[in-house]
Amino acid sequence: MNALAPLSGLANGACDAAPVIQERGQREVFCGLTGIVWLHRKIQDAFFLVVGSRTCAHLIQSAAGVMIFAEPRFATAILEDRDLAGVADIDEELDAVVDRLLARRPEIKLLFLVGSCPSEVIKIDLSRAAARQSRQHAPRVRILSYSGSGIETTFTQGEDACLAALVPTLPPEPENASHSLLVVGALADIVEDQFARLFDVLGVAPVRFLPMRRAADLPPVGPNTSFLLAQPFLADTAHALQERGARLIEAPFPLGAEGTTLWLRAAAKAFGVSEARFDAVTSPARARAEQALAHYRDALAGKRVFLFPDSQLEPALARFLAREMAMRIVEIGTPYLHRRHMAPELDLLPKDAPIVEGQHVEKQLDRCRAASPDLVVCGLGLANPLEAEGFATKWSIELLFSPIQGYDQAGDLAELFARPLNRRARLEV
Amino acid sequence: MQLTLWTYEGPPHVGAMRVTAAMRGLHYVLHAPQGDTYADLLFTMIERRDTRPPVTYTTFQARDLGADTAELFKSAAREAYERFSPQAMIVGASCTAELLQDDPGGLARALDLPCPVIALELPAYQKKENWGASETFYRLVRGLAGARRDRPLRDRKSCNILGPTALGFRCRDDVREIEKLLATLGVDVNVVAPLGASPKDLTRLGDADFNVLLYPEIGLAAAQWLERAHGQPFTRSVPIGVGATRDFIAEVGRLAEIDPATALETNDSRLPWYSRSVDSTYLTGKRVFIFGDATHAIAAARIAQDELGFEVVGLGTYAREFARDVREAAARYGVDALVTDDYLDVEAKVAELQPELVLGTQMERHIAKRLGLPCAVISAPVHVQDFPARYSPHMGFEGANVIFDSWVHPLMMGLEEHLLTMFRDDAEFHDGAAPSHLGEEQEPRRPTSPAVVSDIVLAWADDAEKELKKIPFFVRGKARRNTEKFAAERGLATITVETLYDAKAHFAR
Ligand code: SF4
Ligand code: SF4
Repeated sequence: MNALAPLSGLANGACDAAPVIQERGQREVFCGLTGIVWLHRKIQDAFFLVVGSRTCAHLIQSAAGVMIFAEPRFATAILEDRDLAGVADIDEELDAVVDRLLARRPEIKLLFLVGSCPSEVIKIDLSRAAARQSRQHAPRVRILSYSGSGIETTFTQGEDACLAALVPTLPPEPENASHSLLVVGALADIVEDQFARLFDVLGVAPVRFLPMRRAADLPPVGPNTSFLLAQPFLADTAHALQERGARLIEAPFPLGAEGTTLWLRAAAKAFGVSEARFDAVTSPARARAEQALAHYRDALAGKRVFLFPDSQLEPALARFLAREMAMRIVEIGTPYLHRRHMAPELDLLPKDAPIVEGQHVEKQLDRCRAASPDLVVCGLGLANPLEAEGFATKWSIELLFSPIQGYDQAGDLAELFARPLNRRARLEV
Repeated sequence: MQLTLWTYEGPPHVGAMRVTAAMRGLHYVLHAPQGDTYADLLFTMIERRDTRPPVTYTTFQARDLGADTAELFKSAAREAYERFSPQAMIVGASCTAELLQDDPGGLARALDLPCPVIALELPAYQKKENWGASETFYRLVRGLAGARRDRPLRDRKSCNILGPTALGFRCRDDVREIEKLLATLGVDVNVVAPLGASPKDLTRLGDADFNVLLYPEIGLAAAQWLERAHGQPFTRSVPIGVGATRDFIAEVGRLAEIDPATALETNDSRLPWYSRSVDSTYLTGKRVFIFGDATHAIAAARIAQDELGFEVVGLGTYAREFARDVREAAARYGVDALVTDDYLDVEAKVAELQPELVLGTQMERHIAKRLGLPCAVISAPVHVQDFPARYSPHMGFEGANVIFDSWVHPLMMGLEEHLLTMFRDDAEFHDGAAPSHLGEEQEPRRPTSPAVVSDIVLAWADDAEKELKKIPFFVRGKARRNTEKFAAERGLATITVETLYDAKAHFAR
């Protein structure tokens, strides 16, 4: 998949709403390897082995905050000169590394071989290696592969590639299976549990989640499965699920009270839940969310926000900030815009908010400075320099690492944006 | 193929970035995919830099591979020059671009930019971060220092300070401390590089009489070249610790042909007296494990043994380039040097040795935390907390003061150790209470990867368990481990009171 393939005609007329500008130049976005940092927390008996360079090893280590975990469930098989020169047999080397790893970590049930830029440029066939090793280590461990390389994927697309690799291994749903719902995209466990409870009361059942918490709990999939994306960056996964006959429920993403309602309602509708029942079930949580949001609205309303590209969450975040927090959107950067999945979001966005797909970081910084927004949402590489220039910033990475989806996190989501402004107001130095 | 969980060093181009980011007026054009821009956050987050490192990445993508990545490099280099108008540029490739063989040096030459352009060849699949920094600094010095010439006539001798970089361990404050020391000695500082220097400053390197080499991992190659090309001798002692600082002063005295007596007299380090004071008695023979870059590890071993009265039970480095120096030092302490860049080897060694204090990098801090051992950081790789707001050098006499505090604080304090033993039945010192220096932490956790691998499940007899509880809790964990190790080695299935005391006698020193 090529994240930056020029986009052809739009899937529907939905996005005449906002102008989309394509930009090309130096990017300041993580590669897909970074997804490992949250995925390995999510699938608790999985392990991620990057086949790459010292740079890749250094990246995941730095992204994981220089050792949050004593012994993490990820590692790197670092390619060396002898691997490149063909002195070493790559297959043998890789098998030996995997054997060593599995001997050391007997609790691993699912191992992902993760491709990187170097492994792709020298064309190491990881899917073949995974198949070979799977035969060897069956039934104890399953071994799959995907690419998290920076030439193919940005930041969150690593999760997409990982989940898309899982889809073909999901069991088929049994004959005459009842209509089931699959929620797709890594969510914090607490959020997942909240959604599970809501669906339960709504009478939407069975509900399953991908990724699953344990490698063995693969959700079945088939033509009676409807799926709902919990994250906007899952284009390949959605495609793979559709190949298996599953149906996508289109909806905005569950950010904020409105987003969560629209997302849940789309599912409820697909499962024939009456509007009255839906309102009865969701209104208490909705009221709670509204109340929490009201708390922060004063701080945010009317403030101008500029979003740098990072996770593909940007249009959904902008929608939340504009509609629920009354903020003014200066620019929405996104590394890639999947127009079909984003159409329900784009419909809701203010018409004048420019969307910039891709990046030329220097030019984008120039635009940001010229616009002098009240708040900048950006990656860690830009945050402190922008603070030093006098901007209030919100690190975008927190939007992936903190639970922000659903009613009971709506206030937390708003708080993430309000805190930098609050802090500036407090400081007298 | 090497399996790594954590790495002590990044790739060589990160070393090049550490040099570039340390300097002013220099720009680095790096042929690299987008994900490699993560390196920016090392500087902006860990070091809390208020500017982005002066690096332009080409951030090529898969679709560029078939087309023209070389063209992408050229436009990035041209644009970077126009935007930043640097005094000089360095160009190179990261690990992925190295495979594309686009030859950034040749491409940049073809652009004919109106500033010196230095091409770096940093073999990413052989070398690592410190080597990359050293090579970059060497290439810059070689490329910019010019030919040997007569030195300007001056009353005072002058020197350059070589080696400090961005993201280095305490470089910022070390340089200040050493500048002060040199001023006391009556020696002028000509150029400090790379930290704070511009390419123009590097052209003046040859004007100094000698070089002060503070960080050999980074500055040695450049110092050696300057010695050959400009006839500048350089200092070999690195002033970390009281003894080494005295050696350093004497060495500078010789090179500058001055009498260092005044500087030695004004030695205001409190370390020697603090070490002799009665409260430090408890430090006697504390068993310490040391791991880091070669310079800091070797210096730490000397301080530990000679200036704090510890016992060095382990010494090692991840820097293979300096393995010989570390082996020699280790031999002086009667231990085998651990030379490895495998984090797991280091962890296994620490678990096996059960030292009372670990002096290491951020990696060892984590290992120590996991094993419930006190630890102080003495070397890169660094973390945000190694860039403290306060003045906190490691070099010179003030550095020795800082070292005394920061190594001794993680340990139980002298009087506290005695009082806890005396009052252990007091309610305030009940079993669960942690010593004050450990804050919230409870009794050190037992290591999850035990040093003793044994299939026998060791059972504690009831009275032995009771006896164990009488041992002050802050050494109880160690007593438990030692006893279990002792029992396992002897194949005992049950630990009795006898076993407990046999083990105590066995491990007594
Ligand atoms: S955010 Fe701060 S504490 Fe966390 S990893 Fe980055 S530098 Fe370290
Ligand atoms: S961009 Fe490529 S080479 Fe760089 S860390 Fe990511 S996968 Fe590795």
